[in-house]
Amino acid sequence: MKLLVCVSKTPETTAKISFSGDNTQFNEAGVQFIMNPYDEWYALVRALELKEKAGGSVTILNVGPAANDTVIRKGLAIGADNAVRIDAEPKSSLFVAKQIAAHAKEEGYDMVFLGKETIDYNGSEVGGMVAELLGQPYISFATAMEVNGNTATITREIEGGVEVAEVDTPFVLSASKGLAEQRIPNMRGIMMAKRKPLKVVAATDATDLAVVASYELPPAKSAVKLIDPENMDELVRLLSEEAKVI
Amino acid sequence: MVLVYAESPKGKFKKSAFEAVTYGHKTAQVLGTQCVALTLGDAENAGQLGKYGAAKVVSVGDAALNNFDSQVHAAVIADAAKAVGASVIVVSHSSSGKALLGRLAARMDAGSVSAAKAVPTNDGGFKVKTNVFSGKAIAEYQINSANKVLSLMGNAIQPEEVGSDVAVEAVSVTVPASRVAIKEVKTVEGTVPLPEAELVVSAGRGMKGPENWGIIEDLATTLGATTACSRPVADTGWRPHHEHVGQTGVAVRPNLYIAAGISGAIQHLAGVNSSKVIVVINKDPEAPFFKAADYGVVGDLFDVVPRLNDALKKYKANS
Ligand SMILES: Cc1cc2nc3c(=O)[nH]c(=O)nc-3n(C[C@H](O)[C@H](O)[C@H](O)COP(=O)(O)OP(=O)(O)OC[C@H]3O[C@@H](n4cnc5c(N)ncnc54)[C@H](O)[C@@H]3O)c2cc1C
Repeated sequence: MKLLVCVSKTPETTAKISFSGDNTQFNEAGVQFIMNPYDEWYALVRALELKEKAGGSVTILNVGPAANDTVIRKGLAIGADNAVRIDAEPKSSLFVAKQIAAHAKEEGYDMVFLGKETIDYNGSEVGGMVAELLGQPYISFATAMEVNGNTATITREIEGGVEVAEVDTPFVLSASKGLAEQRIPNMRGIMMAKRKPLKVVAATDATDLAVVASYELPPAKSAVKLIDPENMDELVRLLSEEAKVI
Repeated sequence: MVLVYAESPKGKFKKSAFEAVTYGHKTAQVLGTQCVALTLGDAENAGQLGKYGAAKVVSVGDAALNNFDSQVHAAVIADAAKAVGASVIVVSHSSSGKALLGRLAARMDAGSVSAAKAVPTNDGGFKVKTNVFSGKAIAEYQINSANKVLSLMGNAIQPEEVGSDVAVEAVSVTVPASRVAIKEVKTVEGTVPLPEAELVVSAGRGMKGPENWGIIEDLATTLGATTACSRPVADTGWRPHHEHVGQTGVAVRPNLYIAAGISGAIQHLAGVNSSKVIVVINKDPEAPFFKAADYGVVGDLFDVVPRLNDALKKYKANS
């Protein structure tokens, strides 16, 4: 099976979020970047498991500048066979999706994996876009997948439960918690990653249709009101009369 | 024209559908146009969407649409938009809505904003706000294309009744064959799913073990709340994965979030910081969660939680 895993780079989860240039730019100074956890922990690992069982190849794809190569190398260290970086600044979801789709159309993958969302922009958009551009089915929020020949049986999260769907390749899938278990790259993987192919290709033409105009930080919380642990009647009174939430 | 896809799982609208129509109506007002609601598959009493501001309701009643397939649904919604002349589409930010958002944006070559949290403004550009960095910041997007697709975050605005029932018209659209076969649907009845819950009782490692969760469940039952937990609690199997709240779990935005025995790590806060009111119960007065809380109780949760439950029962009995 020929598998593609799309990975993105996000600020580390404890990163301090601040903005510069009159609140139009995310301030990257001092921020450490990681591979988006949903891409790394679930999408990539499930793809590797499929390859280990049935053979084939796992390619990882990133749309981004050269600075993203460290994240891509980590994916190779975890076990992907090769990587492609489409050299462009990923400013909007549809722009990124068009880049991925152009590559995938050329290569013809059996499955395209993505994480269910990135932990920075939380958009959850790119998977659906890629599927539409490729004219393929899209199974989002997959928590489990069994593959038999060309048919995949996928469990996906829906409101208040799960749904089990059957779909034939080719298709696009977004990965949620449960699809696989995180793998930590070992020394051998890290050494091998250095020699695995990372191809850099030019971007195809596409415009950014929706862009961030400005950022703001949420209003600061007022100080906590401490309640005597012996007096829960008082907490209930405040929740009812002051906060009006019960 | 603004077209709102009003989801009707199992033939019934949920609050999120009324929120979406209210939002579509307000967006139409900003643009000086009208809002049309669209239903797919079974949708009981669809005319009621008029109450929330839909000038009319159009429907594609084909029973095949009762099963969700983003490819089929997106094709039908895009064609319906063409039929009614809509260039702005609103969907709920639900599990289906999230899949539709991207497909519709690609299909219509539209700028899109995911999980919009406020009505757009149209003053020198069409702009919409949404949370980014897991709720640690807010971004205002500008959409520059003629076609626009938005998904509306749950509980961001309340449904508003502004009109009365309207007529439902069938719209003729071809429903393509689905390539996805739904084999089974397993939903828990009787509890509100976490992303939609207005009241949440959550607990962490301070609970010491899964056998102690009775007091949390009792409190949730008294309140009519949904239960949640921190990540290590789900990872060690004390609680099911779907209860895991935070940056790498479910994001919630209830009116009330009660956290017992959770330290309030930044990754946990990322999933709960949009809650209207946060109550923290922790025996450590230095726990970081108190900085994000509205009300705090410094004490042993094994005493405090049952006491709070008793106080709530008393309150419920008297009100
Ligand atoms: C990349 C990454 C992603 C992550 N994503 C998430 C996420 O999505 N969600 C998430 O929750 N975490 C996430 N985490 C983990 C997070 O950093 C914390 O480790 C986790 O939230 C801590 O869980 P906890 O508060 O239940 O446990 P602890 O931090 O161990 O806190 C337990 C708390 O209980 C209190 N306590 C103990 N006994 C009592 C008692 N008897 N009465 C009252 N209070 C008591 C203690 O004072 C303490 O504050 C992530 C971590 C990483 C690195």
